Amino acid sequence: MPQLGSNAMAAPAVATRGLTRRFGDVVALDGIDLEVSSGEIYGFLGPNGAGKSTLIRVLCTLLVPTSGSAEVRGFDVVANRHEVRLRIGAALQDVALDPKQTGVELLRLQGRLYGLTGPEIDERLAEIRQLIDLGDALGRMISTYSGGMKRRLDLAAALVHNPDVLFLDEPTSGLDPLSRLKVWSEIRRLNDEYGMTIFLTTQFLGEADELADRVGIISEGRLVAEGRPDALKRSVGTDVVVVRLQERGDGALDALRRISGVRSVDRSGDEVLVAALDGAAIVGPVAVTLSEQEVAVRDITLRTASLDDVFFDVTGARIGEGEPPSDGAGAGT
Amino acid sequence: MTAPPDAIHAREAGFWHDLTTIASRAVRAIPREKESVIPALLIPMFWLLVSVGALETIAGAVYPGLDFRGFQLPVAVVFAVTGVSRAPDLVIDIQNGYFDRLTITPVSRPSLLLGMMVADLTLVIALTLPVLGIGWILGVRFASGLAGVLVFLLLAGLWGVAFTAVLYAIALKTANPAAITAGLLLFFPFAFLTTTFLPQAALSGWMATAAEYNPMTYLLAALRSLILVGWEWDTLLAGFGAVIGLGLVSVSLAFLALRSRLRPR
Repeated sequence: MPQLGSNAMAAPAVATRGLTRRFGDVVALDGIDLEVSSGEIYGFLGPNGAGKSTLIRVLCTLLVPTSGSAEVRGFDVVANRHEVRLRIGAALQDVALDPKQTGVELLRLQGRLYGLTGPEIDERLAEIRQLIDLGDALGRMISTYSGGMKRRLDLAAALVHNPDVLFLDEPTSGLDPLSRLKVWSEIRRLNDEYGMTIFLTTQFLGEADELADRVGIISEGRLVAEGRPDALKRSVGTDVVVVRLQERGDGALDALRRISGVRSVDRSGDEVLVAALDGAAIVGPVAVTLSEQEVAVRDITLRTASLDDVFFDVTGARIGEGEPPSDGAGAGT
Repeated sequence: MTAPPDAIHAREAGFWHDLTTIASRAVRAIPREKESVIPALLIPMFWLLVSVGALETIAGAVYPGLDFRGFQLPVAVVFAVTGVSRAPDLVIDIQNGYFDRLTITPVSRPSLLLGMMVADLTLVIALTLPVLGIGWILGVRFASGLAGVLVFLLLAGLWGVAFTAVLYAIALKTANPAAITAGLLLFFPFAFLTTTFLPQAALSGWMATAAEYNPMTYLLAALRSLILVGWEWDTLLAGFGAVIGLGLVSVSLAFLALRSRLRPR
């Protein structure tokens, strides 16, 4: 397959055209077209099993497309694998470490495989130590690390060689809130200071909202929405009144739908989501209606549209469940 | 938002650099796996002491003049060097995803396998030396002198690598530790359908036929000749030929399995 251009740096960091990947009868990726610019943080958002990891594995040269094409920095991931590998770093979904090495040994080995000299590796390790915050544990065998420590070391291993394009497959899953914030901060710093292009997959809405310049939403292998997070949320065009109920209260849903200005009413677990163009105007009527219907309410919150609402808008399903605390998804009022 | 011009970036390291990097990792892991190294060291020593203790008198009566200790030392060495392999580690790498991490680097592909084989060769030679030391204590001397000891080490090491290449082929093909264990069973026909206990002339019937086609027969003959006879060139040539022949087949199988494993699916 031809390259996009002779100057790799001028090419998009990532580009796919009609990218399809099947596993037997299962279509994991279904005609994905996307383009990620150099220096961008691109968030690929979707629920478990949507195809996020499959796309990362294709872009990292571990899987080949069934049809369509994918390029990294203008190099085809099938025809120019070696060129692609020189330009990428990746932390895949499952932490991939050798438990029989120490943290330092593993990072040094990684640096050597990317052709770095001893002094260069020393320099990079000094920088990376601050990110992963493992202290003296870096000199210990990896088999003694906790899950969070392994996750941070895995991320560091993807960064040793300062890749042009960094692929992160759910980089903060399994991390405590403090470590998560640290990783977010480092992702921003890598992007701001080095212009590193970062392609991250996540099922955490707040992570995509917080980090990504642009977000692609994937559902059942198809890219169903793409854009800047703010623009995507604006496209839904609604505020959402979230009512947490103490009981099912199914009978009240029709009454809520009859309130003037309400665009939709949906149930998600013990929550009822009432969407309206002007959320503040319907908070009172919602409370009164529920009271009239004798439905016990735990609390009522008004928030602007979230990426979960965008996902719901385009797929009719939600991915918000499993969201870790402290992500700050949505703006509760 | 561009990287500073002096920023550190990846570059191709080259085959030899990659080979030493992968081999260093594998060698570093050896002393950390005492549970596999210590038995590999003790079993051949045990074999040598027991077989000499139990059979030396009988062998002396049947074959007057046979230096049974020198006859059995190569068997103990072959026991030490056969099946000592990084292949189980390779299976773990594949299962826990570390092999994927290695393969998305620009590392030279052959070095992923050859690096482990270099580590095996290092370990095999390291295991041979103490067994030879026990032989020395028991009075075994090399008729071929110090140079003969070096050739002995080389031949034993090549055998170790030739045999373990089969285990790498299995590891890469199956990524299954049980399959590796099953592969080790191959050692038994190699080790016992041959001249382990008796000289080839003493074998008869189907056992003689099996031994004739068993490469270990020629390996043992070559190793024994270095101890008992000196420089017996045709025996040495047959020994190297048998080991290299087996190695060509097994290493080819291992590289075919590596190619299959590395091919994006």
